[in-house]
Amino acid sequence: MPQEMRASPPGAGPRPAFHAQRFRSVLYQALLAGAVALALWRLVGNAVDNLVARQIASGFEFLGREAGFEIGETTFLSYNAGDTYLRAVIVGLLNTFRISVLAIIFSTALGLLIGLTRLSRNWLLGKLAAAYVETLRNVPLVVQLFFWYAVITESLPSPAEALVPLPGVFLSNRGLALPFPAAGAPFTLERPALSGFNFAGGAVLSPEFAALLLGLTLYTAAFIAEVVRAGILSVERGQIEAARSLGLSTRQVMRFIVLPQALRVIVPPLGSQYLNCVKNSSLAVAIGYPDLVSVANTTINQTGQAIEGIAIIMLAYLSISLVISALVNGYNRRYALRGTPR
Amino acid sequence: MTPGAGAALALGASAFRNLRAALFSSVPSALATCAILYLGWQILPPLIEWAFVYAVWSPSRAPLCRTGAGACWAFVADKYRFILFGGFPADQYWRPALVLALLIALYGASFSAIVRRDRLVSYWLAGLIVVVVLMSGGLFGLSRVETERWGGLTLTLLLATFGIACAFPLSIPLALGRRSALPAVRWLSIAYIELIRGVPLISVLFMASVMFPLFLPAGVSIDKLLRAQLAMIFFAAAYLAEAVRGGLQAVPREQSEAAEALGLSYAQRMRYVILPQALRVAIPLLVNTFIGFFKDTSLVVIIGVFDFLTTIKVSLTDPAWSGFGVEAYLFASAGYFLFCYPLSRYSQRLERPGGAAPGAQL
Repeated sequence: MPQEMRASPPGAGPRPAFHAQRFRSVLYQALLAGAVALALWRLVGNAVDNLVARQIASGFEFLGREAGFEIGETTFLSYNAGDTYLRAVIVGLLNTFRISVLAIIFSTALGLLIGLTRLSRNWLLGKLAAAYVETLRNVPLVVQLFFWYAVITESLPSPAEALVPLPGVFLSNRGLALPFPAAGAPFTLERPALSGFNFAGGAVLSPEFAALLLGLTLYTAAFIAEVVRAGILSVERGQIEAARSLGLSTRQVMRFIVLPQALRVIVPPLGSQYLNCVKNSSLAVAIGYPDLVSVANTTINQTGQAIEGIAIIMLAYLSISLVISALVNGYNRRYALRGTPR
Repeated sequence: MTPGAGAALALGASAFRNLRAALFSSVPSALATCAILYLGWQILPPLIEWAFVYAVWSPSRAPLCRTGAGACWAFVADKYRFILFGGFPADQYWRPALVLALLIALYGASFSAIVRRDRLVSYWLAGLIVVVVLMSGGLFGLSRVETERWGGLTLTLLLATFGIACAFPLSIPLALGRRSALPAVRWLSIAYIELIRGVPLISVLFMASVMFPLFLPAGVSIDKLLRAQLAMIFFAAAYLAEAVRGGLQAVPREQSEAAEALGLSYAQRMRYVILPQALRVAIPLLVNTFIGFFKDTSLVVIIGVFDFLTTIKVSLTDPAWSGFGVEAYLFASAGYFLFCYPLSRYSQRLERPGGAAPGAQL
């Protein structure tokens, strides 16, 4: 080591190292905090000036005004154009929840299946699963959504000539119509029937919803498959061999040895895949499904309240992120091995 | 994962040569093989007929697209200039073409061992300056071209390249800041990273397109493409910072302590001891982040920036080609796949134990 890189020799007098370091750290932090505060103050000042110049009132009063736009589909909460912006935003948020929850459920099942298939002893099965994962992961989700939307609206027949893969299930360019418990009698399935140019009765999924659900599920499943595979591969071979030599069956080895250990590795990245799935559902705006981002975007365009609109979007997603990470952390606290750096 | 590693894991390496063991090891396995072969027999021939045999390739035979039973690739053949170069003036197409070639050459050089590593940074810097001059013009007798006319595949590559090139230098102080002993630095870094990672990219893009202009002083305006690019940079910086942090966590604490004992200052420790090791470990993570970022550039379609995907989407609004979305988006998928798949193979090769690919060192 060259001499000049050594610390100052002891003979050079007692360096007030403690004070110097402490002083510098306070100084740096004060400078940084000051710079950030100054930048924010300037930005807010500009924004206030601009809002005054453009005669846009700031604040959230606009939420109480009449929205005046229709929303194509609603979940749980009825809505019409005469309702307030607040109600429109909540309807959008519920639509985000609806698509996210369904996509998470389906993609977990599919991802688990594909992840396990990729580990199959059958070469062909393993290859197919690998091809699925590599293809879906390397194409942007928004392209896949456009693709599925095009498949549904361009390639499927009109409702009058709908495909019927199962009795009562109709697949057409107006979306997917399914039997669904009737409103009055929850134990009888109401079958959709053709009326005019579309289906009535049962549950009708719009092409937008169907494309979004399909695209989001297939895309997220590819990532979940990788998480599952990595988790199972993380279980040491010795564990499986030891269990086998104790006479456990393949099913028992999986149930009692592999899965409990693999889950520890799987859950944290699975949580972040769920979070990605919720965030990716915002691509709904690209194909016209009225999710939170889509409704907020319309609101911004109509009212000019860009700052408030974007604040609503960000706050909603940040809350969802916090809830999901709290759940994953809770799981970790409960099940992580003691003493592991996680 | 090598092909069929699952089989290899269970049956040993000799299984590769043994077709029976790989495909018919048990009754369920044999049934699965037969089912796949049957399905392939049912699905593949019509698919190949649609995509190739009955496909229409030449724009001059476009009417056949409406009547025939095949795919309409003539759409791509007709629109390829727009898809590659966007609205760039037609007599200047050589400029974005040169930019495309230059960028692809630089990426090729970076992910192979043709060029010496230590020269790559200077090649990239020189290359990026040439790219900017070629695109915007105004120098050396090149006519000026407004950014509204940039577009197509060229623009996608520009967004991804400049996004990463500017986000990476930002991400290092963010990652170091997140591990800093100074509370103000640490909390600001954490707040920034988690705020950006907690919201969808589309909300950051909306922020850039509708909210950002409100924050500028009166009279100052930044054009739409630059705003989108800035949003992409700030977004990527947060994700890259997490990748860098992953690398930092892999460097043993003793390294820093030893460097400190030698009397190195914080900057020296980071510059000469910690970052070289951390970044090397982080390369696969960084490459994965880059792949994600490259795919994410397609989201600018939502705020109307004319990238590769937008030019394809807009081409479909031409009445001559409306209704061929399936072909158009298959082509778009293939385009993105061609860039992302080799990159993901590269990062998988790096992740394998002892799998240092050519040019893995920084």
